[in-house]
Amino acid sequence: MAVIAIDKLVKTFGAVRALDELDLRVEAGEVHGFLGPNGAGKSTTIRILLGLLRRDSGEARVLDADPWRDAVRLHRRLAYVPGDVSLWPNLTGGEAIDLLGKLRGGLDRRRRDELLERFDLDPTRTCRTYSKGNRQKVAIVAAFASDVELYVLDEPTSGLDPLMESVFQEQVRRIRGEGGTVLLSSHVLAEVEALCDRVSIIREGRTVESGTLTELRHLTRTAVTVETARPLTGLAELPGVHSVRETGGRTHLEVEPAHLDELLGHLVRFGVRALTSAPPTLEQLFLRHYGAEGAAVAEQRATETPAALR
Amino acid sequence: MSAFTGTWRLTRLALRRDRIRLGIWILGTPLLGYALAASVAGVYPDDAARHGYATTSASSLVARAFNGPIAGTDLGAVVVAETYATLAVLVALLSTFAVVRHTRQNEETGRAELLGASVVGRYALLTAALLVVVGANVLAAAGLALALALAGAGLPLAGSVAAAAAIGGVGVAFTGVAAVTAQLTVTSRGANALAAAAVGLAFLLRAAGDVFGEQSADGTRVVSAWPSWVSPMGWGNQVRAYTGERWWTLALPVALLAAAVALAYALARRRDLGAGLFAARRGPGRAATWLLSPAGLAWRLQRGALLGWAVGVGVLGVSMGVAADEFNAMIAENPAAAEAIAAMGGGGELVDGYLAAMLGLYALAIGAYVVQALLRVRADEADGVLEAVLATAVSRRRWLGTQVGAALLGATALLLFGGVTTGLGYGLVDGDPAGKALALGGAAALRLPALLVVAGVVTALFGLLPRWSVALSWTALMVFLLLGQLGAVLELPQAALDLSPYTHVPAAPAVDPTAPPLVVLTAVAAALLVAGAAAFRHRDTPR
Repeated sequence: MAVIAIDKLVKTFGAVRALDELDLRVEAGEVHGFLGPNGAGKSTTIRILLGLLRRDSGEARVLDADPWRDAVRLHRRLAYVPGDVSLWPNLTGGEAIDLLGKLRGGLDRRRRDELLERFDLDPTRTCRTYSKGNRQKVAIVAAFASDVELYVLDEPTSGLDPLMESVFQEQVRRIRGEGGTVLLSSHVLAEVEALCDRVSIIREGRTVESGTLTELRHLTRTAVTVETARPLTGLAELPGVHSVRETGGRTHLEVEPAHLDELLGHLVRFGVRALTSAPPTLEQLFLRHYGAEGAAVAEQRATETPAALR
Repeated sequence: MSAFTGTWRLTRLALRRDRIRLGIWILGTPLLGYALAASVAGVYPDDAARHGYATTSASSLVARAFNGPIAGTDLGAVVVAETYATLAVLVALLSTFAVVRHTRQNEETGRAELLGASVVGRYALLTAALLVVVGANVLAAAGLALALALAGAGLPLAGSVAAAAAIGGVGVAFTGVAAVTAQLTVTSRGANALAAAAVGLAFLLRAAGDVFGEQSADGTRVVSAWPSWVSPMGWGNQVRAYTGERWWTLALPVALLAAAVALAYALARRRDLGAGLFAARRGPGRAATWLLSPAGLAWRLQRGALLGWAVGVGVLGVSMGVAADEFNAMIAENPAAAEAIAAMGGGGELVDGYLAAMLGLYALAIGAYVVQALLRVRADEADGVLEAVLATAVSRRRWLGTQVGAALLGATALLLFGGVTTGLGYGLVDGDPAGKALALGGAAALRLPALLVVAGVVTALFGLLPRWSVALSWTALMVFLLLGQLGAVLELPQAALDLSPYTHVPAAPAVDPTAPPLVVLTAVAAALLVAGAAAFRHRDTPR
């Protein structure tokens, strides 16, 4: 059963079409990366899933319930960490955690204390004195100390240091180990790569890609640098080969994964002296999807030259 | 780069941010002064009436405490006695909040950090705030001088200038005080509270000085004792506008401002941006059980304000109750005044009319509590706290209902407390405190339907026009206030007066209450509350 099932979701704010027939499917027990450039509609989607915003059209089901109509019943079964955490300035961090946990239906006291320690958070300070990272920790501890089926995390680690990031990742793994489901919106690609079983990339309110990271990699070109005994010819005629360029006797090119075999067959005829091939980095993968300029930047980085190709 | 680099730019930024607030302040103060002076001139038109007023004011300790030392029987002296205290407290608070808003609040929100990293000197933010607020005080005082000279048919210009300058001086003095408190605490709330406490202390010192002052031989003047001279609130009275002005006293607030600004600069030089002199306190690492519900949270967030209001209402209640006895004595001595008051409104016991007016005043003031407490819903929505709460198992209906309920519970308690303390104050000097407390507590409770309507207005605005709810809620309350206070003076048509819920609550104990207006008000309130809640349940949040 899909824990989150969104079909052709549309949401407009005045003349702005924030979500334009967006699709998203998160299966039970998976950690699902939710990615997209700023303003793509990630937070809007999440707010619809929480019943805060009302959809204009399309379908949205969470844990097989209507997020708008059944909000309260649903919220007992999920925990949410907002992207920009604001808290009551005169409550202490500990009070805010207990309050949020209790309003959700109760939290695990032992795990709460353990998490406070792991995240190195002083619960006796008032929320007013917390930095952004500490406010995020409050929301994270309150969420992770709850026993729920679904965790909705909207850029939860944007203010955390690397040490805390690793504690966060360890907790997400614990949740997956216990059978929980996580929707993780994030810009930290290393985090996505480390945690997510599947990712969905959205852009301008639409889902542009969805699948496992391996699947997505197959859709992207591999960067190849080759040095041969004899001058290379005939590359342009090969299928799936792009952006061919020569510098100092070396040839740089990109090839679609499906045509890698044909390329290698072609290369060996010229006496290969050196060959490096790099799978697309996650960053290139995302930049390709994040926008037209993003794609140009990605290619530029892939070949490590300052001048734009083409 | 000097420590003042960027001051002018920041001044323009502050003016841009506050163009509406400052406009209301600078134009509103003269308008209010005009309306008050005109109404005083109407109530005390001749020498006989003013003589009666002056002798009563000079001999009544309550009048001395609240209105200050009466300075004679001139119309100007009566106008000052009737308006000075109100206007002085108003400009003191306006100045305080404005200074803190442009200094400590900027630091608290991090805006000052952004500015401080650009080409801006260490003192620029504070200096810009001082320029804006002192400027506003000067302009408001100039307008007020003009308004007073025009208002009271025969108020001399020199006296009007002195009276307005005295009021402006209070604003200037507390501008300095707030500049210092803004350096002391980490939060703008704390800085405001500290400065507001200074305003309260200044008022009490002035009141004490005037209570212990001496009544002149002819009985129409009071010479204040020394405590008035150490209070910035008292200095304005010592100007003696309209009755032989002592211009040099106007130098006192300016001197205080200079000293306070020097101190504030010294403090600013010695501390880090964002830090205060008082360290932030720590609290419990675990929540108490009672806190863990929307109601518990509402109580926790409201209790400080409620306590402050209770102290204010209690002091006011006891004082007004004690004054009721003096009112009786005045009527007995002064049949002319009695006739004038009887002509103004209602039959029955005159003192009941006075008590009814006081209870009406409390209800208006507590309306401000309702608006303030209930607008927290919008603040929570705007700053994102609401999102975190509604993502838990708390429904919108329950959350909003709790907030409305908490605000109304607090308002009910304050209203009853006001009635009971008034009855106690009256009864302690006139006998039967328990009976009077009970009777006036009951009479005060009859005002509750008006507060229900105020809560309904705020809730409906929050549901239907969330972005405008803060401005429109306060505007609505101001309209109710003005209709109630000035409607009769300005001879507005009854249809306009009927817009205010306060027009419809029975003026108990002067008038026997009848059920229909209370039922209608409650029904209107219920309709507004339901409409607001329904709109909120069906709209996006945050919006």
